[in-house]
Amino acid sequence: MKILVTIKRVEDYESKIKVKPDNSWIVTEGVNYRANPFDEIAVEEALRLRDSNMPSEVVVVSVGPAAAAAEIRSGLAMGADRGILVKHEAFVDSDGVARVLKAIIDAEKPDLVLMGKQAVDVDDNVAGQLLAEYLGWGQATFASKKESLESPEEKAKKPGIKLGGNSTAQVAREVDGGLEVLEVQLPAIVTVDLRLNVPRYASLPNIMKAKKKPIAEMTPQQLGVDVAPKVKVVKVEPPPQRTAGVKVPDVQTLVQKLHSEAKVI
Amino acid sequence: MATILVVGEQANGHLKKATLSALAAAQQIAQKTGGQIAGVVVGAGAGQSAQELAAYGIPVHVVEGAAFEHALAETHSAAAAEVAKKAGAGEVVIAATAYGKDIGPRIAAKLGAGLASDVLAIAGANQFKRAMWAGNAIATVEVTTPVKVVTVRATEFAAPQKAQGAGTVTPAQVAAPQPKTKFVEFNEVKSARPELTEARVVVSGGRGTKGDFKPIEQLADVLNAAVGASRAVVDAGWQPNDLQVGQTGKVVAPQLYVAAGISGAIQHLAGMKGSKTIVAINKDAEAPIFQVADYGLVADLFKALPEMAEAVKKLQ
Ligand SMILES: Cc1cc2nc3c(=O)[nH]c(=O)nc-3n(C[C@H](O)[C@H](O)[C@H](O)COP(=O)(O)OP(=O)(O)OC[C@H]3O[C@@H](n4cnc5c(N)ncnc54)[C@H](O)[C@@H]3O)c2cc1C
Ligand SMILES: Nc1ncnc2c1ncn2[C@@H]1O[C@H](COP(=O)(O)O)[C@@H](O)[C@H]1O
Repeated sequence: MKILVTIKRVEDYESKIKVKPDNSWIVTEGVNYRANPFDEIAVEEALRLRDSNMPSEVVVVSVGPAAAAAEIRSGLAMGADRGILVKHEAFVDSDGVARVLKAIIDAEKPDLVLMGKQAVDVDDNVAGQLLAEYLGWGQATFASKKESLESPEEKAKKPGIKLGGNSTAQVAREVDGGLEVLEVQLPAIVTVDLRLNVPRYASLPNIMKAKKKPIAEMTPQQLGVDVAPKVKVVKVEPPPQRTAGVKVPDVQTLVQKLHSEAKVI
Repeated sequence: MATILVVGEQANGHLKKATLSALAAAQQIAQKTGGQIAGVVVGAGAGQSAQELAAYGIPVHVVEGAAFEHALAETHSAAAAEVAKKAGAGEVVIAATAYGKDIGPRIAAKLGAGLASDVLAIAGANQFKRAMWAGNAIATVEVTTPVKVVTVRATEFAAPQKAQGAGTVTPAQVAAPQPKTKFVEFNEVKSARPELTEARVVVSGGRGTKGDFKPIEQLADVLNAAVGASRAVVDAGWQPNDLQVGQTGKVVAPQLYVAAGISGAIQHLAGMKGSKTIVAINKDAEAPIFQVADYGLVADLFKALPEMAEAVKKLQ
């Protein structure tokens, strides 16, 4: 089977994020970049599915600046087979990403598309759902493992997504109030949540091997997709700050203050 | 003037409270656009929820039938989009719950609409405020399409008052598409506690609990609180996924949030910074959680929480 996985280049969550003085964007100087953490989970799942269903292929795709080749390489170093970089230096909104991905998918015809549930820069949580609708496919968002990340299933690196007969897959989803299980007809879009698996680290030999794996480059224009944003970012501001309050010496003082000062108990 | 369509959500045959936040956001949009608000509720037996929404004085469409029994994104988005088209909606507003996040983008794609997700405030007729980078920045976004879909963060919009006269409830005939997904099962996490996103008090535990949530639950019991958790706790399988508070979990804004054994990573803060009063209990005086806490107590949670439960009981 052919599995397509999307990877977005995002600011490292360990880097300090500050708003630019002119409120146009965040300060990008001195910030580290990496693959969106959810997308690494998607790559991991794709690799497990591939390795238990040979022959299969995992293709990683990113839409972004030329520098996003690094995040594609990180997917290849985890074990993906080849990459596609759709180059666009300017901001592409999640809708533009979904329409670019549709064009790629029309050409690649994968059996399954795995995406993160959310890119931790824009925090949108929409690209997978938009793409599913543009393709007219079914979707299972927020995919999780039925078993915990400490379970024997996870230790044995079993996929959480269970392939069934007749081109179907069962996906457990994290929804409000519990875990829902859906059966999706393939091809389908699955967006992954944090508890689907623990992604592997790339080994040094695999990092070396990844350097030789092919990355095809193209542009939205070549794909015939207009990526002018439907949703423009017009201003970026720092969040309201909460100031540290007081340290209390003991539980009695705490409870008394909550009662008579904050009046919340 | 275009219609502003509120897409309701039901759970156990009743309207979810989060829908009222979507209604409040729609009312704010109406002030900017002059639009008229209408509602739609989709689902088998959605009639009751539709009545509950109509009690706020707006006309409500209801899409019922076996085809809509499970909240499949394909069928529910198709129904909501169909109603939006018929009503000539300029805006579609939904709460950014798991359901709203699942169906909202599909509705937008069907309507050719731009989508502003997890919106914190209505800044203008086509401008919305939303958090990005784990709440490290607040962006104002402009949706440039004629039709707009907005999912809203429920904690940021207080439920409106019920109206004097209820609106009408009208069944909408919508053909259900044949979905490519099938419901298999729902493993519900049953809890007698108030819902995390709606509770007045939340007591959350982190890795510092080492998986022992008894002290958290004891305090939650006396405060009639919901229980929350950090990602570390949920990843370890100590508590259900559904209890994760944060950037990629639930966003809560209770009157009182107690964080015990939680270090205060930015991703956790993103889900609770809006709480009215924050209490942090951590044995590390340098833990970042103290920077946002109104009251900080440097202590062992296994000692402090039972004491706190006792002290609260004495007050009652
Ligand atoms: C993409 C992404 C998304 C994420 N989303 C979320 C999210 O939505 N929500 C979330 O919470 N996290 C999220 N995280 C994880 C986050 O970065 C932190 O790793 C996590 O919040 C840490 O959990 P913790 O505070 O329980 O554990 P730790 O950081 O390990 O902190 C444990 C704390 O307990 C204290 N402690 C230990 N023993 C005791 C004791 N006996 N009494 C009192 N205190 C004690 C310690 O001093 C320490 O401060 C996300 C991370 C990423 C990368
Ligand atoms: N520029 C991009 N390139 C590749 N994948 C992306 C891009 N933007 C979003 N995605 C994918 O869509 C998911 C959800 O992103 P979003 O809806 O933008 O929060 C991400 O986890 C990625 O898998």
